[in-house]
Amino acid sequence: MKPGTRLKSAACSTEVVIIKGGDGAIECGGSPMAEDASGDGAPTADFAAGSIVGKRYVNALGTVELLCVKPGPGSLALDGVALVLKEAKPLPASD
Amino acid sequence: MNIALLLEMAAQSEPDRIALVCDGKRWSYGELDQAARAACELIKASGAQQVALLDESSEAAVIALFGAALAGVPYCPLNYRLADADLAGLLDRITPALIVGDADRVRRISQSNDNTLYPRSEFTLAVMEARSDADTEYDAGEGVAIQLFTSGTTAAPKAAILRHSNLVSYILGTVEFASANEDDAALVSVPPYHIAGIAALASSIYAQRRIVLLPSFAPEDWLKLVEAERVTNSFVVPTMLGRIIQAMDKGVKGNVSSLRSIAYGGGKMPLELIHRSLDLFPDAGFTNAYGLTETSSTVSLLGPDEHRRAHASEDPVERARLASVGRPLPTIEMEIRDEEGRALPPGQAGEIYLRGDQVSGEYREKSALDAEGWFPTRDAGYVDEEGYLFLSGRADDVIVRGGENISPGEIEDVLLTHPSIADVAAVAVPSVDWGEAVGIAVVLRGGLEQPDDDELKEMVRGRLRSSRVPQVIRYFPNLPYNEMGKLLRRQVKDLLVG
Repeated sequence: MKPGTRLKSAACSTEVVIIKGGDGAIECGGSPMAEDASGDGAPTADFAAGSIVGKRYVNALGTVELLCVKPGPGSLALDGVALVLKEAKPLPASD
Repeated sequence: MNIALLLEMAAQSEPDRIALVCDGKRWSYGELDQAARAACELIKASGAQQVALLDESSEAAVIALFGAALAGVPYCPLNYRLADADLAGLLDRITPALIVGDADRVRRISQSNDNTLYPRSEFTLAVMEARSDADTEYDAGEGVAIQLFTSGTTAAPKAAILRHSNLVSYILGTVEFASANEDDAALVSVPPYHIAGIAALASSIYAQRRIVLLPSFAPEDWLKLVEAERVTNSFVVPTMLGRIIQAMDKGVKGNVSSLRSIAYGGGKMPLELIHRSLDLFPDAGFTNAYGLTETSSTVSLLGPDEHRRAHASEDPVERARLASVGRPLPTIEMEIRDEEGRALPPGQAGEIYLRGDQVSGEYREKSALDAEGWFPTRDAGYVDEEGYLFLSGRADDVIVRGGENISPGEIEDVLLTHPSIADVAAVAVPSVDWGEAVGIAVVLRGGLEQPDDDELKEMVRGRLRSSRVPQVIRYFPNLPYNEMGKLLRRQVKDLLVG
């Protein structure tokens, strides 16, 4: 998984860009994501919480990080384990 | 990841929201994104290796920036204030380029026929008429996004390069996507060839804050635009803030009640001016940002609460923080090191080293990063016990007198407390006995009398030590600054030695 790679969901309209890569399969809506996935499928019940554009998603170890660049009804996972929202401390606008 | 994705995300989520206001014209996120895609086609067709802007800020700067990014060609905004000979030298270094802006000037000063020239209006028209091709392969964003020539206040301009990854790291680390309200507007008055001008565009677009461009700064126009567009955010250099306040003092009207955030940086903020500003804009949050071209803009900041606390405090340590540039961003590592490269404890001045994903530290010719990825900024400074960074000038500006390092800032700070002195610069002058000695160029406050040389020498001796005492004292009507408010110490040296 190379940082900068843009992946599409097979289960919904979600698209992500890999910020930090690691080992394992990145999934959305329960199906593996791919650079040329169609998005025609549907999310499984366990992975239908949705993805939010502009949010970053990480695994528990912090070794994998994705940026959601297009939202969708499927939720993101790594090897079947749901990814969580990365909390960012708001900074004052400096430019 | 390509920086153009920042614009694409904004355009997909809010295509009709106004992204940019310039000269009374309005552009939505959707329009800017379309225009950038059309510009990409234009750039690819031209075969250009760089996309340059030789122009004031306008919609063309945004379109050229993101169009170049999509085409995988570095965007290189040029300083239109440079003299012909200097500018011609830079043009030679970027040919073949697609150049947007002052085409007549390029024709006049450049011998090359390998550049593609577009006056601004022709460029904007071309990208509005063109339709982007659905099959276009856009660049993946693994290479260079921006090339900026450094201002060259101490040496010939260097071509600093920022990769897509540097800028994206900076934006993702500092801006929350779509965090601005629909009414938020950022007034951008810094020139497009400065890193602050580029960061302002990228940050506002990612936050979905409306960008209001002021192509050529004048305090009256700034005040007018704040009122007309109900501006909420603005970045200024200290010189601009000083001129805005002078205009307000003279009675220039402007309703500034919409301003919630004023960020400043790019040069030293006089203490008197920031105290005054905090009083004049009681409802605005002030942020002091320190950063360099080579670090994709801000690496350290002093936030609004810290400003208000320091302004109101009686405690000398807390009050002194107004002169600090705050603490490093959570995504930045910082060390102060001595000449042997050893990390220094708080309170001791040395060179500032920075590390982080947004730090490029790279020039066209070579990278300045060390083996562990640290960037030596050539800026000198120290941190206090709580990690607040204080700048004390460029490492190259240090005066070396008989082996002793003297920072010009400490001498200037002492002399600025003299009631007759409006401005002062300390630089190295040649000395037969010491190699270098301290020379000062002084600007008197209007109408006040020149103090005795001995009085100034005694003042420095009493507050610092005898090695800091100036050997050469000369008076000038003003000191040379560049348009960003940066003191041109090389020229001060020439004034004193010549």
